Amino acid sequence: MTDTSGDVRLTGISKRYGSFTAVHPLDLTVPQGSFYALLGASGCGKTTTLRMIAGLEEPSTGTVCLGEQDVTALPPYKRPVNTVFQSYALFPHLDIFENVAFGLRRRGIKSVKKQVGEMLDLVQLGEQARKKPHQLSGGQQQRVAVARALINHPKVLLLDEPLGALDLKLRRQMQLELKRIQTEVGITFVHVTHDQEEAMTMADTVAVMNGGRVEQQGAPAELYENPRTTFVANFLGTSNFIAAEVHSVSGDDVVLTAGDGKLVLPRNRCAAATGPGGKVLAGVRPEKISLAHADDAGTVPDGRNRLTGRIAAASFLGVSTQYVIDSPVCAAFEVYAQNVERDPRLTPGAEVVLHWNPAHTFGLDAGQDVEAGIEKVEEDA
Amino acid sequence: MTAPVQAPAPTDGAPPPAGPRRRGRLVPYWLLLPGLLWLLVFFALPLVYQASTSVQTGSLEEGYEVTWHVATYGEALGDYWPQFLRSVLYAGAATAGCLLLGYPLAYLIAFRAGRWRNLILVLVIAPFFTSFLIRTLAWKTILADGGPVVGALNALHVLDVTNWLGATDGDRVLATPLAVVCGLTYNFLPFMVLPLYTSLERIDPRLHEAAGDLYARPSTTFRKVTFPLSMPGVVSGTLLTFIPAAGDYVNADLLGSTDTRMVGNVIQTQFLRILDYPTAAALSFLLMAAILLMVTFYIRKAGTEDLV
Repeated sequence: MTDTSGDVRLTGISKRYGSFTAVHPLDLTVPQGSFYALLGASGCGKTTTLRMIAGLEEPSTGTVCLGEQDVTALPPYKRPVNTVFQSYALFPHLDIFENVAFGLRRRGIKSVKKQVGEMLDLVQLGEQARKKPHQLSGGQQQRVAVARALINHPKVLLLDEPLGALDLKLRRQMQLELKRIQTEVGITFVHVTHDQEEAMTMADTVAVMNGGRVEQQGAPAELYENPRTTFVANFLGTSNFIAAEVHSVSGDDVVLTAGDGKLVLPRNRCAAATGPGGKVLAGVRPEKISLAHADDAGTVPDGRNRLTGRIAAASFLGVSTQYVIDSPVCAAFEVYAQNVERDPRLTPGAEVVLHWNPAHTFGLDAGQDVEAGIEKVEEDA
Repeated sequence: MTAPVQAPAPTDGAPPPAGPRRRGRLVPYWLLLPGLLWLLVFFALPLVYQASTSVQTGSLEEGYEVTWHVATYGEALGDYWPQFLRSVLYAGAATAGCLLLGYPLAYLIAFRAGRWRNLILVLVIAPFFTSFLIRTLAWKTILADGGPVVGALNALHVLDVTNWLGATDGDRVLATPLAVVCGLTYNFLPFMVLPLYTSLERIDPRLHEAAGDLYARPSTTFRKVTFPLSMPGVVSGTLLTFIPAAGDYVNADLLGSTDTRMVGNVIQTQFLRILDYPTAAALSFLLMAAILLMVTFYIRKAGTEDLV
């Protein structure tokens, strides 16, 4: 199927408020029928981008196209897109039925009863049709907001942190629910969120935004495994970084020196220059690393990247144990170990060997801030 | 609320310390007391006194006596029904004028004024810094015969329309119904603007965005979202304007003529000049009853209980 009427194409779009640039010139294409997430911390420009697609914000430069139609100059009420607002923005003076029927009535559709009924059934709110929004729970209000937007069969559904106000359990449930609805109706969804887990569970494609720019976009697994900037590496999950220097290139591998040890990483996973002596940040995810007590160092198979260190802290989380390890090449190295066969010697103070498959290493340009994208304490969970 | 935890029964048989709890429950009544006393002395007692006056007969020289002469009410209504009608008409026109002028102003302050918001609000209240009387007298100059306002209205042929409606008289505005309605509108405008502003300001601007997103053009958004949500302000604004305007006599006195006398003027004359206290008291009660009736009907119609 090559229907492109639900494509969203942003070309050179930017937004400036006075001297502040909220969104730097940006090109984005969201293919028809995909679930696309704009992910970033607050103030990164993701909501502004969404609002420009909705027509609620006028871009300073660039164009917004839906399918073949340039909608840049169209006011919101003439655009075939609908939005699920962060605070739902349900009309408090109308009941649930009338809230959902609002869009249909504005387009002059007289017999709305059947459609509204079906839509309310889809979001499992058929019984609540005559209630006012304030009589519903947060999760129910959220579903009304989705129903109110979806009933119009928009080409694109825009979701502005729709799950932000829900508690964790409900949020998980709604993530699956939204994903189910999206698969069912096949409409293009553009979802704005600051919750990386939410973006990864729901979206086909995630664009990570930072400071008004898209840092990287791709499938969730692709972004997670092959981050190209420290921001992406830190914002999506946790990463350990080792400052290293290129020693040589042999075939498909880059050999690095870090401290007095050697590390190997696949050449195609290195986003930095690989000339000898070049500085590289070697990254590895905490769950890819295995731990062995220093006494068992001999049992570590050859061909694995290895480092030595001492356990600084260990916290037991049930399914796994999180270790923080002090290593000469990297302070506070994080390791997540599944609790399958726990070695009782792995307690704080123990000398250990960390080892992992070189294929799980990624290389980044060393000119970046290693801490970029690490969520600060005030960020809400 | 902190739910009291059911304490296990005291084993030593000591009675539960009920003192502080009971006092806590009485606090609301203590807080009500000053207000209630004030209302009793300055509202309820005068009302009873007025009620008794309205059924007295007698004369100033011989003194008045309660004779349950209820016929005073009928006579008062028979004699002064045109003034009653005029009061309702003028107050209604002034309320409509206030709503037409006040709504756009309140809308501007609530949604468009930005950093000028507080300044405009102060300007709305600023007339209160001057006496009601002085401000009304100023309108005498504004509407004076041959003055610029009358000239302009004449040139725009507005006076032709108001003459036809019977609201003005030839090329005069002063001493006509129009002048009284203008004065009432001016004097009660802040009572309309402030409640309207409060209810408009409470509307989440995202509701406007949501309506636009759902295919409502700006005019439809206003009709279907903004205006219905501002109904509490419309209702309280119209009540705060209509009720005092219906009982007002200063505007009719200063800006009107003998043909524009409202019921307030009659009551004033009866009390202070003719000294016919029973008729004046009866008229006061009739006015009160009429307003109460109209307000009840209006609130039923406007159905504010459905609103947020």
